[in-house]
Amino acid sequence: MSESVILLKNVSRHFGEVKAVDNIDLEIEDGEFFSMLGPSGSGKTTCLRMIAGFDRPTIGQIILYGQEVSNLPPYERPVNTVFQDYALFPHMTIEENIAYGLMIKGVPKAERAKQVSDMLDLVRLPGFGQRKPSQLSGGQRQRVALARALINHPKVLLLDEPLGALDLKLRQQMQVELKTIQREVGITFIFVTHDQEEALTMSDRIAVFNEGRVEQVGTPADVYEHPSTPFVAGFVGTSNLVAGEVAQRITGSSRQFSVRPEKIRLAKADDKIEKDMFVADGTVRDVIYLGLHTRYLVELEGGGDLVVVEQNLNTTSMDVTRIKNQKARLLWKKEHISYVGG
Amino acid sequence: MLNRISTYFYLRPRLILALFLAPPLIWFLVVYIGSLITLLINSFFYLDGFTGQVVHQFTLQTYEKLLIPTNLQIFLRSTVMAILVTLACIVLGFPLSYYMARFAPPRMKTWLYLAVTLPLWTSYVVRVYSWKLILAQEGIISWLARIIHLDGLLNWYLSHETIGGPSLSVSPTGIFLVFVYIWLPYMIVPIQTALERVPKSLIEASGDLGATPAQTFRTVLLPLAFPGVIAGSIFTFSLTLGDFIVPQLFGTSSFYIGKAVLTYQGTSGNIPLAAAFTMGPIFIMIAYLLIARKLGAFDAL
Repeated sequence: MSESVILLKNVSRHFGEVKAVDNIDLEIEDGEFFSMLGPSGSGKTTCLRMIAGFDRPTIGQIILYGQEVSNLPPYERPVNTVFQDYALFPHMTIEENIAYGLMIKGVPKAERAKQVSDMLDLVRLPGFGQRKPSQLSGGQRQRVALARALINHPKVLLLDEPLGALDLKLRQQMQVELKTIQREVGITFIFVTHDQEEALTMSDRIAVFNEGRVEQVGTPADVYEHPSTPFVAGFVGTSNLVAGEVAQRITGSSRQFSVRPEKIRLAKADDKIEKDMFVADGTVRDVIYLGLHTRYLVELEGGGDLVVVEQNLNTTSMDVTRIKNQKARLLWKKEHISYVGG
Repeated sequence: MLNRISTYFYLRPRLILALFLAPPLIWFLVVYIGSLITLLINSFFYLDGFTGQVVHQFTLQTYEKLLIPTNLQIFLRSTVMAILVTLACIVLGFPLSYYMARFAPPRMKTWLYLAVTLPLWTSYVVRVYSWKLILAQEGIISWLARIIHLDGLLNWYLSHETIGGPSLSVSPTGIFLVFVYIWLPYMIVPIQTALERVPKSLIEASGDLGATPAQTFRTVLLPLAFPGVIAGSIFTFSLTLGDFIVPQLFGTSSFYIGKAVLTYQGTSGNIPLAAAFTMGPIFIMIAYLLIARKLGAFDAL
């Protein structure tokens, strides 16, 4: 495990009565791709803005590479930001935009031009230097914003929903490119997003935010396979949350648990129930054929529903819809449930 | 019935556009451009000094009369005044616009906006006259100067011929002060609008990239506010250039363009010379706009 280079200690940010960030502790490691995932208003952007220096914590400390920065202005912090709206300077060319940080530092013009051209190569926009931001597409502006931040060799790059404004295809392409660039330059990326798929695809680790608090921190697999709270189970992917009497009947305990729809299967006639499996019987109430897979809604005997997703390996839409309103037995491995909450 | 009319127009978008644009276009073409052309034509006629009648015959002799040193002096004096008033309006207006656009909470902004535009609700003449009271010999400023024993300084200042006069209310300085006062709103509003259009993230991005607030102001805010400054200066510059009331009320015997036009047209009936005089500000404005374009004021349009 590499050393923790970014520390947030008991950080809170209050806006009047509202606790936008409520007593957060985070450790981010050198060189990792760290995502802050959460719905809007969960405090993730406020957290990022405090690391960048646009906002200051009401309580708590932010430590970057051993230096307490909580009260430093943005221009004295070793971080750079890629903004959601890119924030390119409209009155400057692409070259001037990218060179801005160097110009402020007083780097000579010839040296600036060389570095800008390297950066344009890195983000695959060679020859775009003389254009104005308004002449570029969304995806291209995105890359310019990235180049403008990276040219300063920050220790940490902060990205505030940078792919939010792009369409799906371009977004997926940029996800791959961002990840590639991060590996190339090898610096820490802190990535804010509300898109759980994006967070799962790109991150080394994810912090799931809700109502100003961090619900869980872990690798994508951790967070997905073993959500530790009902919120995480519901927000990252889809989940069946089972509690109370229904849980009691299945597991023998009334503790609330979550199980992913794709971990559950519809039992065949010759399936044996193994020791390491949970069983539930019910009736298929709804069948939704989605091409790649089919989603079943199963009403359990004695109350409660479970969603089941199965791949259409051998089945067609005709086959799957036939079992609607039929009795079904559901099976899944015990290891695939996570107890969430109390 | 109404429905059928709506449908009729819906299917003919060009017709509805024509109907909407016809009144303003007629206004502009006939009344505005038309009167300008009439002026231009009139400036090529001349006044017969003997009969006092305008002779409708093409001639350049009016322009010859226009370009005598006394008149050139008037153009120069007016232009310098317009430039000084514009600069003062920028210096006074920018900080307030900046505060309104970037820092004022919404309620405060509404009040400030009201405060800036409120004077425009009252009569121009009344406001100008109120300045007469402020600047007069026995007015507020002289009274204040006496109290703090600076009346000597005031008198010394007024003794300079190009800026002073018998009192502040009869001096180029008085004209300048009143002009700055009455045209200031026309500078504040466009600058404020321009600054408001600068997204907050641009300011943050600049700081994020290492620029101190002063550097951000110089490299990001000022260039983006520049079109607003130019828009405001077009108002203050052209309004100062053409105004005749303020020089009339606060002026010494020296003429400004507006006053000259008034005198030639109204008092001496020399409409061709008055018309030629009016061409002056038009050319000065064209020169001004060309310089502004050269400075990049219209790049954002």
